[in-house]
Amino acid sequence: MTASPMIVVDDLAVHFGEGRDSVRAVDGVSFQVHEGESYGLVGESGSGKSTVLRVLCGLQQQWQGRVTLAGAPLPKRPRRDFFLRVQMVFQDPYGSLHPRFTIDATLSEPLAIHGIGERRERVHRALEAVGLDPAFRFRFPHQLSGGQRQRVAIARALILEPRVLLLDEPTSALDVSVQAEILNLLARLRREHGLTYLLVSHDLAVVAHLCSRIAVMQGGQLVEQLSVEDLRRGSAATDYTRDLIAASSGEIIAQPAQST
Amino acid sequence: MAALLNVDNLQVAFRGPRGEVPAVRGVSFSLGREKLGIVGESGSGKSTIGRAILRLLPDSARVTADRLTFEGQDLLGLSPRALRNLRGRHITMVMQDPRYSLNPVLPVGDQIAETLRVHGAGGRGRELYRKVLDILEAVQIRDPERVYRAYPHELSGGMGQRAMIAMMLIADPRLLIADEPTSALDVTVRRQILSILDDLVSRRGMGLILISHDLNLVAGFCDRVLILYAGRVVEEIEARNLHACRHPYSRGLLASLPRLEQPVGELATLQRDPAWLDGPVYRFGEEVSR
Amino acid sequence: MSETLSTAGWRAWLLSERPQSALQARLGQAWLSWNAFQRNRLAMLGLALILLLVLVAAFAPWISPYEPNVQNLRLRLQPPGAAHWLGTDELGRDILSRIIHGARITLYIVTLVVVIAAPIGLLVGTVAGYFGGWVDAVLMRLTDIFLAFPRLILALAFVAALGPGIDNAVIAIAITAWPAYARVARAETLTLRRSDFIAAVRIQGAGAFRIIGRHIMPLCLPSVIVRVTLDMAGIILTAAGLGFLGLGAQPPAPEWGAMISTGRAYLLDQWWVATIPGLAICLVSLGFNLLGDGLRDLLDPKRRGG
Repeated sequence: MTASPMIVVDDLAVHFGEGRDSVRAVDGVSFQVHEGESYGLVGESGSGKSTVLRVLCGLQQQWQGRVTLAGAPLPKRPRRDFFLRVQMVFQDPYGSLHPRFTIDATLSEPLAIHGIGERRERVHRALEAVGLDPAFRFRFPHQLSGGQRQRVAIARALILEPRVLLLDEPTSALDVSVQAEILNLLARLRREHGLTYLLVSHDLAVVAHLCSRIAVMQGGQLVEQLSVEDLRRGSAATDYTRDLIAASSGEIIAQPAQST
Repeated sequence: MAALLNVDNLQVAFRGPRGEVPAVRGVSFSLGREKLGIVGESGSGKSTIGRAILRLLPDSARVTADRLTFEGQDLLGLSPRALRNLRGRHITMVMQDPRYSLNPVLPVGDQIAETLRVHGAGGRGRELYRKVLDILEAVQIRDPERVYRAYPHELSGGMGQRAMIAMMLIADPRLLIADEPTSALDVTVRRQILSILDDLVSRRGMGLILISHDLNLVAGFCDRVLILYAGRVVEEIEARNLHACRHPYSRGLLASLPRLEQPVGELATLQRDPAWLDGPVYRFGEEVSR
Repeated sequence: MSETLSTAGWRAWLLSERPQSALQARLGQAWLSWNAFQRNRLAMLGLALILLLVLVAAFAPWISPYEPNVQNLRLRLQPPGAAHWLGTDELGRDILSRIIHGARITLYIVTLVVVIAAPIGLLVGTVAGYFGGWVDAVLMRLTDIFLAFPRLILALAFVAALGPGIDNAVIAIAITAWPAYARVARAETLTLRRSDFIAAVRIQGAGAFRIIGRHIMPLCLPSVIVRVTLDMAGIILTAAGLGFLGLGAQPPAPEWGAMISTGRAYLLDQWWVATIPGLAICLVSLGFNLLGDGLRDLLDPKRRGG
């Protein structure tokens, strides 16, 4: 069962605007993500990678093509129970939490929407799962650091126990030391819950750390898919991917000398 | 080599509802015609240092220093008029997002022309237009005529940052402070902007302070690096030796970076030690207690 | 000693970094806001004026020295003095007592207008802003139509149609007041709609009305409250204007605008008859404006210093 596809995207296209001004944000993109796999989408701004995520979570409702999620076709206007299968973590932890809601209210809201009981216990467990002290429950977002907010956002995404987690640049607004904590947390949660990840990032090192297969997007098209080993070796098929790898690894400094 | 900028025991504190909050605590460094990197995480006070040098902090900030001089001129004692003259003419700043620093309702070319006029290097009509195009070409903008007519929001991030740098350089400043100049840009564009900056610094003999959260970027670009923790320089080191840094904070930062070439199962996380607030600091690999 | 200890205990409880309940967290936030508000002296003056209005209105029968509507023609048009602090009017009624009872009418008008106009404006604005498209177009054109008429003229038209009286005046003012709140709420909603936290609640499966009611409205509320408070002076003036024209509260009700209207005839020789109610209107309007400015500084994040 490990090889059954969790996400199938076939010839996906998204247009913004109409008539002559219409822009093809995503243009004939196809890929598959297996159950339990972590798949990376990389590309520069405007490559369409975030738009693919917005289609998959039902935020972008105008698209053409065929998309299957967890064995069922993606509806154009998703109903409520669709969202029990897929959730998303956003880039900016300062903008993705409601400023007037306590952490408790933010985490209880999805449970209330879906009429799920035992909210106190579930909120408590969700906080523990992401490594937050339950004493944070009644704080407001502005009383938390960026990393703590991102943990709350992850807890909120996981509280509905989805099978697919979409990650939109989940660490690019964080400091490096906090980024390491969040990446470790995401890796652990995937192991423990058998989640399928689709990670969008511009940072090849982050994608290589978390993902086993990577797709490179440029100008709305998927130009190349490669394994993480190929990425680390720099053996890419297209010039564009090689450029991206060079731009990322050129700056990387030597490994610090080993010490105790 | 005479130092361009001397900073000795710079202290900045912000008055808040719960008393004064220190942001910069005793930072000292001097800068010649070189590229100095200031690295730190959010809240470390790195941007505050840049703004303190340019005296751009709000009134709620209390700035003191044993010495804060630019080419021998005391920056703390300058009149507002002298300060205005200094800013923009001798010291300039490049911010993270050029779209906030450029006037949104004027075409980019007109803004550059205006700056030229202010600095008395104008000319008129065709001559001025040619000059602006030359300046845009100098920052490797390939279609300067389009960029001349474009409004800031019509430019991509990289294009806007180039235009901004072009404008900053008209006055031929001797010190450029760049606060996260490339963090809003894509990796491939980032390199181009940095190479433009590098080229300008070495050709014009300017001093450059690059403020960034990105260790890799600073290590690859600067000559010397200051690592800032809680408003204090915990380590000063040549950029090429950054991998051999000694302060546990610097080492922890380096270890927590995921690397393309070297996969690890779990990333090392930073355990913050309260002793770092006042503990020993390192200069070029030597422990200095102060 | 024990008292200072318990106040310190309350402060610590309110400012706790780890609140134990949602109530404690909210009260703590309210306490911080109140502390910030307190530092604004002018806003505190405004608040004091409004509180004074409320107290005077609440205790009117007990604090007014005379009955507001009892006539004494022998004592008509007395200047301010020991017996009648603010003098008497053309029918010998005590002006101070009429002002005190008039506070009730003013407060009644203000409260009713807020209760009617603010929710309508909030609802129309958030719905239009959230849905966009044709819903937005229809609702906003409707709003534009109401906004296009000067407030007093439109109120006059309504009162003329519905008949004079204080309740009709309230309805007329409320109908002219809501479009401004709808505009404010819509502008806020348009920016909130694009935010990540609204996207997040959408992908949790929340319906449009849950998002508008629970997530967007609470964030639009502060700007609407500020707008309503700043509008209050205009509402009081419109009410007084209707009263002045004889279309609002009917005699012998001690409505301030109507008092000015009757005092107009004596303005040159008995100045206090018209001036005192005018001053009352002035003070209350000033109070609401100062309070509104203070609230705006407190609640509007765009005006808050970084």
